[in-house]
Amino acid sequence: MKLLENLVGKVKPHFEEGGKLENYYYGFEALETFLFVPAQTSQGTHIKDGIDLKRTMFTVVVAMIPALLFGIWNVGQQHFVAMGELTALSEGFMDKFMYGSLKVLPIVITAYGVGLGIEFVFAIIRKHPVNEGFLVSGMLIPLIMPPTIPLWMVAVATAFAVIIGKEAFGGTGMNILNVALMARVFVFFAHPTYMSGDLVWVAGDASLFVDGFSGATPLGVAYLGGAEALANVSIFNYDLTNLIMGTIPGSIGETSVIAVGIGAVILLVTGIASWRIMASVVVGTLVAGTVFDLAGISYFQGVPAYTHLVMGSMLFATVFMATDPVTAAQTGTGKIIYGFLIGIFGMIIRALNPAYPEGWMLAILLMNVFAPTIDHYVVQSNIKRRISRAL
Amino acid sequence: MIKLSRGFDIRLLGSPEQGLLEAKNSRLFALKPTDVVGIGPIPKLHKAIGDRVLAGEPLFFDKGSPRIQFGSPVSGEVVEIRRGPKRAITEVVIAVDAEVAFHQFEKLDVASCSREQAVDLMLNSGAWTLLKQRPFNTLADPEATPRDIFVSCFDTAPLAPDHNMLIKGKESAFQKGLSVLNKLTSGGVHLGVGPESADVFTKADGVNVTSFSGPHPAGNVGVQIHHLAPINKGDVVWTLKPQDVAIIGKLFSDGVFDAERTVAVTGDKTKKTGYVKTRIGASVEPMLADNLKHDHVRCISGNALSGTQIEKDGFLGLYDDQITVLEEGDKPEFLGWLIPSYKRPSLSRTFPSFLRPNKEYHVNTNNHGEERAYVMSQQYEKVLPMDLHPQYLIKSILYGDFEQMEGLGIYEVVEEDLALCEFVCTSKQPVQQILRAGLDLVRLEG
Repeated sequence: MKLLENLVGKVKPHFEEGGKLENYYYGFEALETFLFVPAQTSQGTHIKDGIDLKRTMFTVVVAMIPALLFGIWNVGQQHFVAMGELTALSEGFMDKFMYGSLKVLPIVITAYGVGLGIEFVFAIIRKHPVNEGFLVSGMLIPLIMPPTIPLWMVAVATAFAVIIGKEAFGGTGMNILNVALMARVFVFFAHPTYMSGDLVWVAGDASLFVDGFSGATPLGVAYLGGAEALANVSIFNYDLTNLIMGTIPGSIGETSVIAVGIGAVILLVTGIASWRIMASVVVGTLVAGTVFDLAGISYFQGVPAYTHLVMGSMLFATVFMATDPVTAAQTGTGKIIYGFLIGIFGMIIRALNPAYPEGWMLAILLMNVFAPTIDHYVVQSNIKRRISRAL
Repeated sequence: MIKLSRGFDIRLLGSPEQGLLEAKNSRLFALKPTDVVGIGPIPKLHKAIGDRVLAGEPLFFDKGSPRIQFGSPVSGEVVEIRRGPKRAITEVVIAVDAEVAFHQFEKLDVASCSREQAVDLMLNSGAWTLLKQRPFNTLADPEATPRDIFVSCFDTAPLAPDHNMLIKGKESAFQKGLSVLNKLTSGGVHLGVGPESADVFTKADGVNVTSFSGPHPAGNVGVQIHHLAPINKGDVVWTLKPQDVAIIGKLFSDGVFDAERTVAVTGDKTKKTGYVKTRIGASVEPMLADNLKHDHVRCISGNALSGTQIEKDGFLGLYDDQITVLEEGDKPEFLGWLIPSYKRPSLSRTFPSFLRPNKEYHVNTNNHGEERAYVMSQQYEKVLPMDLHPQYLIKSILYGDFEQMEGLGIYEVVEEDLALCEFVCTSKQPVQQILRAGLDLVRLEG
């Protein structure tokens, strides 16, 4: 370690004021502080909590790893099922994992490369430290893309999200909209054929797939045909067990309730994500799902409300997107209202929208916009309480 | 009994052992104008270098509040007047006599004297400077009558001294001081006591005693005020510490300003912790000489959260009853954000330490990260048992909105109340510094 410390120390003067590379100081600083927590001592309070933003963000990345690993395998699994080979879950683990890696890792590398590249450029131009926020966004973006997404689209979407969604507002902590969802919404509206329909969720050459292959996700099937259709899908088996395990087509990281659930447990135990938001989104979804089902106005005929929790991206969005601390409501009461409304709006878009069945992305972005308004009223009520106390 | 659930006890190694520490007497004492909020940088001196002074004799006063005299805590000779940037006076240093001689003030019978007489005696002797006024934590205004006076009789800060120990031998003076305080306020005198407070506090006469329990900052007087009778706009309340109540009591019964103070020497970089009987402004040098494990330390007058950094031969602050010695944390730590090289206290459960809530930790003064924009929310609320949105308050100060600061309760807090927020902050924001800027802004321009 001493060796590394000396090496960093040797290079450092070039980046400091007066050095040859002084303009690139913050690029260097980002790498240096990644390696070494700086020697900077605490003023104000003389001691500080061990937590910092690097550790916080890293915890979220760790929480996503189960979803990523499962996603990689599942991309392979769905491909082989569509090809009619190695269809059993236990068969060909390595083949499936390798195939999935070849599809998924380039997307991950593209998202991180483009995003971090832009972050470094902005940090150097604007002369501020590189913020750790993109460590999380860079992992979230691949997990919410279909496995068939062209890499250039990932690159463009990531660039759009980072520049327009974040840096234009001043960087991590200042953005109004969730960065990863900005990337997804960009592709969703700019290139809808790559983000929706029945053909994008399974990787591979569709002409080689078995006869009768449809590629529709459980969500898509249930949206069009209700519970009855869900029970009678050919090739795939969309029963509740598979929905929970996640051995179904879908975006890379969203399918497995178990993998996302492990992430949720990590985030809740460490206290990094807000349990208020997670719980209230689930409650909102169940309430809206039940009401729409009873009223008979849902497109999902006969699909019980709890099934909505395990279909599509609902759980992934709840655990990793709605809880983004920057774009969510910031007050305790605000978080509950914010989460509940995400549940309601998500279900409105899913169950009542005649165009497409997935609404979590849009519901969360909508509530991102309204989160400051919710907080405003919560804070205002505190202020009013204080004023009325004085009278 | 008021039970507070939010907060965080920072458990550190080196809490003060019961019993007195063997230490030589301090030979130098100093009064530091910098300990006092809101006075000018260059107070008007009564004494020059070489002048002799008796304990209780005025050393200087602030031109903005000429009635409040800063009395010398000891008798001796003024040997040095230390100055900081822009010639601001930072320390008025006195070499103490072998035997402290007191300036004799008139003895006042608390029951029969008038409020004006009592106020005058305190103003002239220096005892007045022990009263702090909220909002803003400034010196008490002699022209004002406080709504209430609050005394917190227990301390929950890291390595905090035990007030039962500090008050030992001063019980009757303490009780006398309380009756003086009753004279000063139009409302009541409130004592906040902890679960282990001694009878001198819990059975005090003529005051309202409320017991509090819970983690830090339950022992902070600001938190107690918030739960007993919160400060509204226009309210003025005074606060002081139990030992200072005893100093006031002694002033009235004996006519002397006896600035005796028992101080806890704490921190895991001292060889031996314990209590030292000395006076306000004592040089800490004799308490730390031969008592440090190594030299690479930070000495703090006060606690680790809101104390003031001093030199190894610096002086005890006017309001402090604790010296903390911690290791200076100015070493880089390889991947320290990921794999900490030693166990450290944290509110965050990303460290396995949350499984052992009673473990005591070694700490150093490393910042453990760099300053960032706010990302996390609701962190401050977890450690502040008040009906208040601290993060919004801090933000309102950053964008300078007076009305918002007032509405969000800036009158109810001072730096020490939000010190834990600064400790837990993931973004390492200088919360206390921001709050002080806001308090000064409201005080001077609001």
